[in-house]
Amino acid sequence: MVELEDVTKTFGPVRALDGVSLRIETGEVVAMLGPNGAGKTTSISIMLGTRKPTAGHARLFGLDPRDLKARGRIGVMLQESGVPGMLRVNEIIDLFASYYPSPLQVAESIKVAGLQEKATSLVKDLSGGQRQRLYLALAICGNPDVLFLDEPTVGMDVDGRRNFLAEIGEFAAKGRTVVLTTHYLEEADQLARRVIVIDHGKVIADSTPAEIKARVAGKHVVFSTTRPLTDADLEGLPLTGHQLNSHAVRLLTNDPETVLRELFRRGIELTNLEVAGADLEEAFVAMTHSEARA
Amino acid sequence: MAAATATRRQVAPILPMLRKQSWAEFIKLFRVPAFSTTSIVLPSMFFAFIGLGQAKQSMGPNVTFGQYFLASMALYGVANVMVLGFGISLANERGQKQDLLMQSTPLPPIVFFIAKALSALAIAFLALVVLSVFAAAVGGVTLTASQWVTLGARSMLCSIPFIGLGFALGYLASPNSAPAVTNLIYLPTAFASGLFFPMHLLPQFLRNIAPYLPLYRGAQLVWDSVGEPIAGGTISEDWIYMAGYTVAFFVLALWAYRRDQGRKFN
Repeated sequence: MVELEDVTKTFGPVRALDGVSLRIETGEVVAMLGPNGAGKTTSISIMLGTRKPTAGHARLFGLDPRDLKARGRIGVMLQESGVPGMLRVNEIIDLFASYYPSPLQVAESIKVAGLQEKATSLVKDLSGGQRQRLYLALAICGNPDVLFLDEPTVGMDVDGRRNFLAEIGEFAAKGRTVVLTTHYLEEADQLARRVIVIDHGKVIADSTPAEIKARVAGKHVVFSTTRPLTDADLEGLPLTGHQLNSHAVRLLTNDPETVLRELFRRGIELTNLEVAGADLEEAFVAMTHSEARA
Repeated sequence: MAAATATRRQVAPILPMLRKQSWAEFIKLFRVPAFSTTSIVLPSMFFAFIGLGQAKQSMGPNVTFGQYFLASMALYGVANVMVLGFGISLANERGQKQDLLMQSTPLPPIVFFIAKALSALAIAFLALVVLSVFAAAVGGVTLTASQWVTLGARSMLCSIPFIGLGFALGYLASPNSAPAVTNLIYLPTAFASGLFFPMHLLPQFLRNIAPYLPLYRGAQLVWDSVGEPIAGGTISEDWIYMAGYTVAFFVLALWAYRRDQGRKFN
């Protein structure tokens, strides 16, 4: 269905993607997870054929992604793309539907996106969340086999996000393929059965949400010590990452209780102790490091 | 895969797509009052300011100032729609990244361009009708039936090179600079081509460069259609110039389009 084969993409000196290979099969719901600038949007753009790989190949339904036959079977929601403000919601959906070989009825697209009350409003008068739902309507109006969603819930409130994810879930339940990018782990967890983690243009993990969660849902333990620590002091602790900066120590772990118990047992005196949930960025850093070591 | 897709239509039919896209482009332009009123009403307004008072005055053996200025404003109006309609709206659409989403749909770019051209031609035609009705009803300008038809046809034909120029400007100018750039190019050349003042009132250096301006060549053609003889040269020479400008502007537009695409989508 969707295939990247050893794709590298450089923008000037920046290597946005570095030898990415992946296959997405019919009916899969895949979340591409990664921090900002990791290469998620670039991956999607290459899958869609709106950007050309510097090296490697992209295939969509076995075709060049720029082939209109391939484009006719996909629906797309992109970050920051604009739509004409002076068209009404039903007009622009009707227009986009005419681009596709076997589109949905306009009324159905409007209903799926929950825009019934705004059907005859001008696009420019929509709120941010409504606009996002319009993008969803435009993405599904062609009755696509594959839906590409690039950061679809950015700017949505909690209710909006929940409804939106439910709609995508329904779409996927019909056996359609969904590829979405996100930097929210919960979102990936809720929707996808497969999570591809990208960082610095490389795939650093590709497995189920549960496995990814186990790896990244860590805590960080921050403290100062009365004497400088060395790596030897941390030997054998269940850590997924650590930073030692003379007296300041920052640890990343899934099991902070064991780590602390062990540190006390080793007689290390701690001050300014702080334990908090690790943010995703940090978890990615830890993952990348552990990949590099492995 | 081949068997599964064979039963299904693979691309949407082009004609309904073109029809809907053209209509959408038309209402997009039409619903922006700043654009639709200026492009549709402006030529008539200029006619009211400059043409009405002296409409009956003679400009030559068989042409009144009213007839002459109607032809001038007809050309000014249609070309104005092309240069501003495309130049500014296209630059704005790029500024809002509307092309990003369009690029990932199966809409063939050529359908998009033809639709834009058709919608602008429709607005230009509206401007022409409003101007003609105004000049005839309020200014008392009379033309024979064949003169009306010739004027209309030549104005519309002369707008075609400006479609290319509008596209080129739309891809070359940034959204913020587009209005300034297009006006900076368009207004002075309209004056230099004698659309607002008869050529003999212009300074000599402008008269020297005027024959190389597309609006000047177009002006000869529309003036000729209302009875003002061609000022030097022949009709066919003017048509050849217009054809040349058409090719040149469309090549420029294609280059500007490719350059923009290359920047964004490579």
